[in-house]
Amino acid sequence: MARVIGGLTTSHIPAIGNAVPHERELLDDPYWKPFFAAYPPARAWLQKMKPDVAVVIYNDHGLNFFLDKLPTFAIGAAFEYKNADEGWGIPTIPPFQGDPELSWHIIESLVQEEFDITSCQEMLVDHGFTVPMSLFWPGNSYGGIKTVPVCINTVQHPLPSPLRCFKLGQAIGRAIESYPKDIKVVVLGTGGMSHQLDGERAGFINKKFDMLCLDKIVSEPEALTKYSIHELVREAGAQGAEFILWLAMRGVLHRKVTKIHSSYHVAVSNTATGLLVLENAA
Amino acid sequence: MSLTTDVELPIPGTYMFDGQAAMKGYPLNKMCYSFNKAENREEFLKDEDAYCQKYGLTKEQHKAIRERNVLAMIHEGGCIYYLAKFAGIFGLTVQDVGAQQTGMTVEAFKQKIKAQGE
Repeated sequence: MARVIGGLTTSHIPAIGNAVPHERELLDDPYWKPFFAAYPPARAWLQKMKPDVAVVIYNDHGLNFFLDKLPTFAIGAAFEYKNADEGWGIPTIPPFQGDPELSWHIIESLVQEEFDITSCQEMLVDHGFTVPMSLFWPGNSYGGIKTVPVCINTVQHPLPSPLRCFKLGQAIGRAIESYPKDIKVVVLGTGGMSHQLDGERAGFINKKFDMLCLDKIVSEPEALTKYSIHELVREAGAQGAEFILWLAMRGVLHRKVTKIHSSYHVAVSNTATGLLVLENAA
Repeated sequence: MSLTTDVELPIPGTYMFDGQAAMKGYPLNKMCYSFNKAENREEFLKDEDAYCQKYGLTKEQHKAIRERNVLAMIHEGGCIYYLAKFAGIFGLTVQDVGAQQTGMTVEAFKQKIKAQGE
């Protein structure tokens, strides 16, 4: 049977996408050093665990979806996912391998559990998906990993609540662990942590709240699902509401997890960055 | 662990991009979404008034675009994720956009962000 080995979360700021190809030189740069220096333990864990598939829970920022049709929950079911020009100069990277068989298994299980899913046989993946992949598999060495993109709306309110996203994750976890193939699955939750891009409150960061989230998500994630989206926006900033993607990731994992690694840094661009590696208890 | 009882109070300086905003901002956001494609960015730069008209921007939206005024675009229903693609045409980052909206220099805006980590 398929097994969820653990989960990773990371911020997915576009500026990182521009910096990643130059990581080696930037390790000497005072701006980037504290950010990149945090990633080797996460990569080492992935190398040790050797997952076959990455389920990537992210948000689209207006590459694949526009406001004409905006699904709350969309799951890719394609053989391949490409990224593309997003308008402001992030380099495009090689395509990602899909796992449509697993995708359909997850979609079917979710619909059976009353989650209404938009299935996508064509889907462009934006920086919310690509930046974490290139961070965790340096040199874009993700060729051997199959992927299942899970896209959650954070563009247009109403956004799905933290509790709903956590429950979606739990249902994805049940779906994966009922998949008959003997594969190892890692789950990525991307985005966050606190940041706000728009309005007079642009530049807002809340370190205290981020630290609380990084702590509680390990052993008491239910406590974080009690927030409303409005509270999350107030505490983490307008785009800090991306934390629902982390909660969806956490839902996929078992009740009991071991924290392998975590890191927090203010800031890259306008965003407080967070990194977390959680391993499922056997 | 609900934080306080004022959950529905407006958050100063923060605009929820909801259905109302999405309806109001539709032409503006649709135009900005088109800037994912290089040929559309070029067409805009060649004749921006014509390009705004092609997408049916309101007078207020058109004015905000002409004046490069991000807060005004948001008041007219602009969503920051699409507006970022407009800013990208001029090589502006979210830090430039943040500085403009808060009336700060980019350097001061960057300092403000850094200080919140201390």
